[in-house]
Amino acid sequence: MPERLGAVWVIAELTGNRLTEVSLELLGKARALAAQGGGSHTSAVLMGNDTGSLAEELIVHGADRVFLIEDPRLALYQNDLHAFVLADLIKKHHPEIVLFAASYCGSELSATVAARLGTGLAAHCTDLRIDDRGELVQVVPAFGGTVLGDIFCRETRPRMASVKPGIFPKPEREATRTGEVIKETAAVLEGYKSPLKAVRIVRRQPPELPLEKAPAVVAGGWGVGAEGWHFLEKLAGELGGAVGCTRPALDEGWAQSEDALIGTSGKTVRPRIYLGFGISGSAHHIVGMKDSGVVININQDPDAPVFRISDYGAVADAKEFLPVLLEKIREHKEE
Amino acid sequence: MKIAVCIKPVPDPNHYNKITVNPETKLLERKGIPMVINPVDKNAIEAALQLKEQAGGKVVLVSMAPPDAREKLTEGLAMGADEAFLLSDRAFAGSDTLATARVLAAGLKKIGGFDLILAGAESADSGTSHIPSQLGELMGLPHLNHLIELNLEAASLKMKTKIEYGYAEYEGNLPMVLGVAKEINKPRYTTLMGVVAARNKPFTIWGLDELELDPASTGLAGSPTQPGELHLPRHGRKAELLEGEPGDIAGKIVAILRAAGVLV
Ligand SMILES: Cc1cc2nc3c(=O)[nH]c(=O)nc-3n(C[C@H](O)[C@H](O)[C@H](O)COP(=O)(O)OP(=O)(O)OC[C@H]3O[C@@H](n4cnc5c(N)ncnc54)[C@H](O)[C@@H]3O)c2cc1C
Repeated sequence: MPERLGAVWVIAELTGNRLTEVSLELLGKARALAAQGGGSHTSAVLMGNDTGSLAEELIVHGADRVFLIEDPRLALYQNDLHAFVLADLIKKHHPEIVLFAASYCGSELSATVAARLGTGLAAHCTDLRIDDRGELVQVVPAFGGTVLGDIFCRETRPRMASVKPGIFPKPEREATRTGEVIKETAAVLEGYKSPLKAVRIVRRQPPELPLEKAPAVVAGGWGVGAEGWHFLEKLAGELGGAVGCTRPALDEGWAQSEDALIGTSGKTVRPRIYLGFGISGSAHHIVGMKDSGVVININQDPDAPVFRISDYGAVADAKEFLPVLLEKIREHKEE
Repeated sequence: MKIAVCIKPVPDPNHYNKITVNPETKLLERKGIPMVINPVDKNAIEAALQLKEQAGGKVVLVSMAPPDAREKLTEGLAMGADEAFLLSDRAFAGSDTLATARVLAAGLKKIGGFDLILAGAESADSGTSHIPSQLGELMGLPHLNHLIELNLEAASLKMKTKIEYGYAEYEGNLPMVLGVAKEINKPRYTTLMGVVAARNKPFTIWGLDELELDPASTGLAGSPTQPGELHLPRHGRKAELLEGEPGDIAGKIVAILRAAGVLV
């Protein structure tokens, strides 16, 4: 183990030829952890093919150093190839902390690398901080977010954590920030014949206004019903927002796609305003919207648990109330 | 074809709102919440049963859990699995995902001869989604997680895994370790005949000694991560009730929307 304190690393993630937002969100947190004594500085790791131009993006969002590995074998994400390269890089540079996106690929890659290195990994962290003993405190949700638990990794290094998109704020872009780009190779893959083959990636066009970027989220649950759902779309349109949903509404096919799902198995949103209809307030859903600005919920049950996490609540039948609200907004806009 | 399915009993996720932390002892309170097979593990059992129907063979359930998990494994046998192994020992308590994967890997190696190892993509209680990948690594086998499609042709597999806004396609060869997502299929219902048959299916319990595991490699001692304190998320809000006729309430909401800047 080296004497000097290692860095805090962020494993940058790509979607097509762009960086994902969560990669940048992680850089903000990595810098904060380094400032709290968790590491000497902040580094990002960028693995791909023809991705060098993105290194600058990582620097202006907080990376002091970028390890750049460009190789045709890394053009498509594949857990064994990426894990080989990353584990090798970690052994060479000894970071203190390594942060991953808790996306589908990031979860898989982090678990794979943790097993190869025999080190600790905390999944889906909702908070990360350095305590007064210098330990990294990793806060993870359990039971769908009903309970939070602190996780430590006291003996092994690096300490690794994954974080879902939308948990930490994206740092401001600092156009004048400078950093160092260090080229590394995927030489560790020489002679390795992968038993797997990534054939292709198929992505739908993400919606014009992704849920996680919408200033207003109009969320619907089981209580809205098939016949009430179109009102939600109209309301979201009026507010320049997007429609979100709970799992029952998705399972029923009322919501357009799983991109609308908010919560444990879906997205984390923090809009300026969250307006929920016919949602009971299960922990699985709340964990994905609790950091919203103003929270309003409409439910016909005065004892619905969702009211406890709302700034404002109203007891009403969602299907009957939605057209009244739409009418009021129309009146207001005409004034 | 010999297929293993790793399953985990979890407290029923439909009751998670009742789980709390005792403010004094800081211990979890989950009394009265029934245990179920982790929901997506049933999709893994279903996937295994479908492959058995296609290619013949045997489906073996494996779980690392306390002794009372026998009942849940028996439910899996009632769905149609052929045999079950419960890996249970006090020494396993407190295992994190890596230590759990070590126990499962030891059990799977001791049983031996698997062409395919399946698991649910994640558990409902801790939900890390680490196990399929970590098990694959420890078994020295290729692995994928969040599988939404699986096609077997001879010994080769064509697979789709879930990614944000889409899917990724892979090809691979048996043996593999695969974590399945709930989109892959719809688990079958258990029949009465299945329940009756389950009682006579082979059931084995193995502990630390049978698995020849070093106690330092499992449980709390063998886990690179250590749990600290439990707490409850703080998200209480002022919960002001808007009252009046629907039109009045709508008027108040319009004012709130304006104040929040989403309505001019
Ligand atoms: C592993 C796992 C992961 C999960 N992940 C997620 C997730 O990511 N996101 C998620 O949302 N859920 C998730 N769930 C499901 C979650 O546990 C809840 O079942 C779900 O959030 C409840 O959705 P709901 O509030 O729409 O429905 P319900 O709980 O059925 O509540 C409906 C509410 O509508 C009210 N209502 C009924 N009729 C009306 C009416 N006419 N007008 C007004 N109100 C009405 C009722 O009073 C009730 O409060 C998950 C579950 C599991 C097991």
